[in-house]
Amino acid sequence: MSVCLVVDDSGVVRKVARRILEELGFTCEEAADGQLAYEFCSKKMPEAILLDWNMPVMSGIEFLEKLRAMPSGNDPKVVFCTTENDMNHIQRAITAGANEYIMKPFDTEIIKSKFIQIGLIDE
Amino acid sequence: MKVADFELYKSLLYDKSGLVITPDKSYLLDSRLTPIAKKWNYPTLDMMTLQLRAIPDPKLVKDIVEAMTTNETSFFRDTKPFTLFQETILPHMLQTRAAKKTVRIWCAACSSGQEPYSLSMILKDMEAKLKGWRFEIIATDLSEDILAQARKATYSQFEVQRGLPIQYLMKYFTQVGETWQLKEDIKSMVKFSTFNLLDDMSRMGQFDIIFCRNVLIYFDEKTKGGILGKMEKLLDKDGFLLLGGAETVLGITDKFVPMPDKRGLYIKNPALTTPTTPASSTTGGFASGLFKRT
Repeated sequence: MSVCLVVDDSGVVRKVARRILEELGFTCEEAADGQLAYEFCSKKMPEAILLDWNMPVMSGIEFLEKLRAMPSGNDPKVVFCTTENDMNHIQRAITAGANEYIMKPFDTEIIKSKFIQIGLIDE
Repeated sequence: MKVADFELYKSLLYDKSGLVITPDKSYLLDSRLTPIAKKWNYPTLDMMTLQLRAIPDPKLVKDIVEAMTTNETSFFRDTKPFTLFQETILPHMLQTRAAKKTVRIWCAACSSGQEPYSLSMILKDMEAKLKGWRFEIIATDLSEDILAQARKATYSQFEVQRGLPIQYLMKYFTQVGETWQLKEDIKSMVKFSTFNLLDDMSRMGQFDIIFCRNVLIYFDEKTKGGILGKMEKLLDKDGFLLLGGAETVLGITDKFVPMPDKRGLYIKNPALTTPTTPASSTTGGFASGLFKRT
């Protein structure tokens, strides 16, 4: 079963995301900030990462840049999931190597459609 | 809603739009028509029904029909038809229409425009390859209100996240406050007009491709057959018809046949369009060729 790492400093968001992702067939792991996510990935790369932008200790974008520089750091598909909803943030995320971008609030439909587009799940 | 009132709306919707309302959907009449009654300054829905029985105002009837039709849609809805468009239909068009370099596409029941605009974005993306070609996208819907929305091409954050790849959002949209505006060069590739699928279709002209997805499900078999029969006449002999995932031609018409392994994609029935000369491989033309290819 594919592993999806949910990186968000809000426990509520992680819980909601976990429920949706498990429904889509993923095994969920959680990290509360970029640093913890980085440590997780140093041990084992997940197949997918759902990534918040603004978090204490290490932001999502900083984590993404570090991740893509790691050995096999290009393996996970990364989907940003953030309240930042302007074109500048979107562009910056994609340039840094994000595969997709979700603007909060999100629902099952949105996560499902984005995950289908980048080939993480079948239709 | 009273049974007699339900029957009134049922026959009115059927006559005007072909829409079939079953008793288990009568709650939809209440929830969607109450705002119409309010708009027309009737104190209650019953009062509006009463008026409708007496002298039905055509404008009111139009509002009722529009309120009862479903406008559910999204960009690249179901993904697969758009992959088929790009990987199966377009290569065939480029090969067979090389002389006239013109392709006419009809999006029937286009709702708020996401389907035709998805096609425009695909075509825009392939611009370099399509130099000198003219793609005409005609998009129609029964509802004028929804077409006004389609022409505006302004979408909510929610709408641009359902089905639309982020790369397309970045390339083809501009953010305007909380909404997203489709860029003019994509918008201008689509021509919108009001059209009722029950009406005479001959004025629409000929098409190479017809998208008619997720609309036939609302009709009864007889109406479905009628619409498909009319569309068959408008479609080029080697044209394509696309239906929704839950729709089929089986048991409804023999004018079209599904393409093997290409779900939702239909071509004219080769048995009806080709001469009956036996063993003539050339007259089988495109349709039989496609069958062989898959």
